This record gives sequence, C-alpha cells and structure tokens, in this order.
Amino acid sequence: MPSTLDLDQLVQPDRVHRKVYTEPSIFELEMEHIFEATWVYCGHASQVALPGQFQTLTIGRQPMVMVRALDGRIHVLYNRCPHRGVQLCGSPRGNTGSGFVCPYHAWSFHLDGRVRAIPLKQGYEGTRLNPNDPQCSMTPAARVDSYRGFVFASLSPHCPPLLEFLGDARVAFDDMCDRSPEGEVEVVPICHRVVQQSNWKFFMENQLDALHPSVTHQSTGVSARRVEKRVREKHGEAPLHFHYLSTFASSFDQWDSVQTVNFPRGHGVLKAYMGLRPSDPDSRAYEDLLRQAYGADRTEEYLSRSIHHVLIYPYLSVQSPLQQLRCLRPLGPDQTLSEIWHFRLKGAPEAIYRRAMWYFNLVNSPATMINADDLENWARAQWGLQARGNDWVSFHRNMGSDTESAGIVYSTKGTSEVVMRNQFKAWREYMHAAATPAATAQAPAAANR
Amino acid sequence: MPEDRVRQALGTGVVIEPVQSLTGAESIAPDHQGRGRESAAGYLPGSVEVDRGLLRDVEVLLTRQALMLDARRWLAWIDLFTDDGVYWMPAMPEQTDWASEPSIFAEDRDLMEIRANRLLHPNAWSQAAPWATHHLLGITLVEHAEGDRLATYTPFQMMELRRDRIRHFGGSYRHVLHRQDGGWKIRLQRVDLFNAQASYDYVIQAWV
Repeated sequence: MPSTLDLDQLVQPDRVHRKVYTEPSIFELEMEHIFEATWVYCGHASQVALPGQFQTLTIGRQPMVMVRALDGRIHVLYNRCPHRGVQLCGSPRGNTGSGFVCPYHAWSFHLDGRVRAIPLKQGYEGTRLNPNDPQCSMTPAARVDSYRGFVFASLSPHCPPLLEFLGDARVAFDDMCDRSPEGEVEVVPICHRVVQQSNWKFFMENQLDALHPSVTHQSTGVSARRVEKRVREKHGEAPLHFHYLSTFASSFDQWDSVQTVNFPRGHGVLKAYMGLRPSDPDSRAYEDLLRQAYGADRTEEYLSRSIHHVLIYPYLSVQSPLQQLRCLRPLGPDQTLSEIWHFRLKGAPEAIYRRAMWYFNLVNSPATMINADDLENWARAQWGLQARGNDWVSFHRNMGSDTESAGIVYSTKGTSEVVMRNQFKAWREYMHAAATPAATAQAPAAANR
Repeated sequence: MPEDRVRQALGTGVVIEPVQSLTGAESIAPDHQGRGRESAAGYLPGSVEVDRGLLRDVEVLLTRQALMLDARRWLAWIDLFTDDGVYWMPAMPEQTDWASEPSIFAEDRDLMEIRANRLLHPNAWSQAAPWATHHLLGITLVEHAEGDRLATYTPFQMMELRRDRIRHFGGSYRHVLHRQDGGWKIRLQRVDLFNAQASYDYVIQAWV
C-alpha cells in the first residue's frame, strides 16, 4: 500500500512519474480503488430489451452479467455460481430464459440472482451451508442505476449517487437522446472490440488532446482532403463522411480554437469542430421532426450544443452527436480492451442514422484509418516509458493560463494540457483512498464538488 | 482394519441401467436449453458449371488480387475494380447491404484512394513497421454465371506480421465480377472474415 507521500511524488500537478503507466502494483490499486469503487458503464437497456436477455461484462477485474428480469427490472450480478464458482453465462450475450442454471451441478437462480433450486438439498442438512443464506444466491452489484437508458453499476456501496458521479458530464446522454424525436436511443447490436497494447490512461488523455490530430492523423487527413476537394469540384458538394477524415489535417491554430471543458472527477468535453449540422434536405426534414416534438427553442438548444465528445472518467468516451461510444475495460497495465457501440435515434429518418454510421465505419471500426495511428502512438509510449533515462511525463503546456469557475476548468487554448492535469487530479483523489484505508468509506471524489 | 473396509466397499456396487428417467439437469429445470446459444446456420455457397477457360481467367484475377495486396501495390490493386466497385467487409455474416449496415470496411473507390494514399504517406506513423501479409486462397466456386456477370466464392487464409507479432485471419471472398473490355473487373469484393467479431489485437490497416 503506497503512502500519501508516494502518490504525491508520483503524480504532481504538472508531471507524472512513468510508473503510473507501467507498474503492475499501481494497476492493481487502480482496479481496486478506481474501477471497482465507482460507477462503471454496463450497457444500454436496449441490449437486454426482453426478460432473460443478458450481457456479460467486466467491472475492474470482476466478471459480471447484466440481465433483464421478468418484472422488467435490470440487474447486474457477479457471473459466478455460489456453489463451485462456475460462470453462469458463458456467452457475451444471449437469453437465459426464466432463470440461470449452472451447467456443472444445476444450481438454479431467478433472474434477479436469488437462488431458485439446489439439487439434492437434503444433503446440506446438518452442514454449515444454509440455502436461505444470501451466500447461496448470486451476489448482486452493490449499486445499479441508469440515466436515460444507460445502465451503470458500482461494486462499492460507498459512492455518490449516479447523477452526482456523472455531474455535468451527463450531457453526454442528454445530447445523444435529445437528438431523437422520441428522446431515446436504441443499441445497434454490433460491438467492435479492439485491444490496445498500452495503459488505459493513454486513451483517456488522447480523447481530449487537441494537439495530436494534425500530427498523428496527418496522413489520413491530407489524403482525405485531396479526395474531398475533387469530389466537391465534380459534384458541387462532398458527403460529410469525407469531412470526418479531412478535418484531422487542420492546423495547430485551428485546433487551439477548439475548447476543452474539464469537469470534476476527471470528466470533460472536447467541443465541436466537425460542423455536424449540415443543411441538406434530409437534415432539414429531420430538424422539422425535432421541432414538432420539442418546439423551435428546445430544438435549437439541442442541436447547437457544441460537443465533439464527452469523457466520463475513467473509462468512457461518448461521441454524442454521432451516437457512438467507446468503453474501456483495462486488462493489465499495458493492455486495454475497448468496446465500441453505435446507437440509433428512435424516430429519426434512416438517412440520419446512415450519416452517423459512416463515422462508425471509418473512424470507430476495427479497420479505422484514424485509431490505427493512435494505438500505435500509445503502444510506443508504453515501450518508451520503460526507459530509465527520464522518469517524467510532461503536462506543462499552458499551465496556469486556463480559467476556472465553480470547479470547472475551461481551456484558454484548445491544446492546453489541462485535460491531463484534470484527469490526474481525479486519479489522485481516487487513489488517496488506497493510501489512507480509513478514507475508503467516503466518496473518493467528494472533495471535488 | 481399514484395508478390510476398502475391500468390502469395493466388493459391492450398482449398475445404472439406461432406463427412461429425467436427467439431473431436467429434474431441476425442464426449460434448461439453448441458453445464450444461437443456432443460425452458416452460409453454404452454391456452384454452377462453367467453361474451364473462363474459370481459369477468374482464378488468375482473384489470385492476382491477393498477390497485389501482399505486395502492397495499393493503387494498382484499386484498378482491379470497376469505376463503381466496392470493397466490403461486413461486421456480421448475415448482412446484405454495404451502404446501410455497420461494417468493418465499406469503401467505394474514393475511400479506397484515401486508404491507399494514407498507407503510402511518409508520415503514416503506424507504417513504420509496414503492413505485411501472406494470403492463401482455396478453390474458387462459381455461384452464378449470367452473361457478363459472375458471382464467385473463394475461401482464404491470411497471416499478418507486425514487428514480431503474427495474427491469423481467415474467411471467404464473395466476388461479383463484370466483363469489361475483354477482361474481368471486380464490381464487389465482399470479405466475410471468419473472426470479424472476435476482439482485434490492434486494428486492420489495409484491405484483406
């Protein structure tokens, strides 16, 4: 267990020690005191639309299953038979019928995890095992809650309510759902899974790092810009999907104009820059639907939110204007799985879905031309940080020049490294629980509000 | 004496006869079946008889297609396609429309050109260890033949090498070919990757 002093030495306001990315013992503490101590995204309610439908997932290092019960409630349970430990759901998703049955010795459970039947029950008479003991049922997550259809669970009872955890970053789900005339989204039942050979924190830092795109993604950006220009000259306009790629070739000055908004608990927003509100006939018809549903003022409010994506620290990047998200499941200090999902706006025209789908195909698919270079950078950073020649990772850029108001830090320049400074501020607050065991009973980030 | 007890225990026993009785699992939960299992049958290609010379021409085209990918002749590879040609790798085998369903790849020639020029750009950082593959093709079946149009099915295996890591991909090509100027061009290259929905260690940078 590290002392407070160690943590403060490793993570300083303007720089962090390379060990926080490479050290297995620090990774274990992160799993215990961050991922297994706070609200973690499980999935969307439409992934388990019918009773019996389930989706397995991991929270930190824990195998979990999210399932819809017969009464319509969603439960998140440890995916383990209380008898001998066998996982009750062996597929990523499916339908388990009216309950769970263990394939090893047929212990069975209701969809809320309560034990239904234990075979040859009389064999337990006179033993320490009491079938009415909660130990004979599947263990539920300490807390389960949802916001606008997005389901979260916490393995610790000592965390603030979900809405308090999300804070202003809840706009991720408002921005997504408000773009539907029905105020709801439903999942597209395809999950791309990509493993990066690097620490989870690289992904989170990169998502709001506005300096990297025109360097990292130069090759794709300039190639796309050339084709986009040709298509526009030929047809008068070019489909938006060329722009998804060509904007990455913008200049440093242009990126400096894209602000980041940095919330407590490490959450944040990269404001919009792609111009995702075109005025073609499909878009106009869609905006009419929204005005019918919400009136002109609210529609304008919803469509003019300036968001490229929203980060929910420490694991979620929500690209709300295009209805996609990427959720991190850390596998080790140098290996991270991302689960990539797309959603449909209920009641919106097919053309609007397809326009967003192009982004899912071009940027978020496993054949992405964008993330190919991101994942490469992070893997090289993971290897580079093995070097003992310099122990420090620098987050000095624009330090002291950002503006803070009511606990929220607004970057003065888009490329300010305030993003990483803000994330590590939250990291320290979570990890201080590891340094001072007595503090684990309190909400780790409560001091932030 | 313990040894006598053991001898006694081993001296008696039963034989479980194959009588009609509920199995243990059935006695607990009669509906215990198919949990999380999906039973959809896979795609089984058809096959029609065609002229041997024609088949040979098609085999040469499809083999050259794979060889050009392995040799990283990206721009020449794009020229194997018709002007309205499409390269499509669906996310799921049951998908039927490249333009309306989420895909791994969904590229017309404009998008192919972007990918090719990215791969050839000196600052395509992830090409510092260049994309390197080796394809092996199976026998081509002609599924449909009608005038200047052919539909074919070809299984393949592909190794990919990046630094010291080897990845193994397999699957099948479903090509729609058009006769054009006396030769054959690719109108659609559909690639059903066997492991399309498995998790990817890193990404796929070039066409498969």
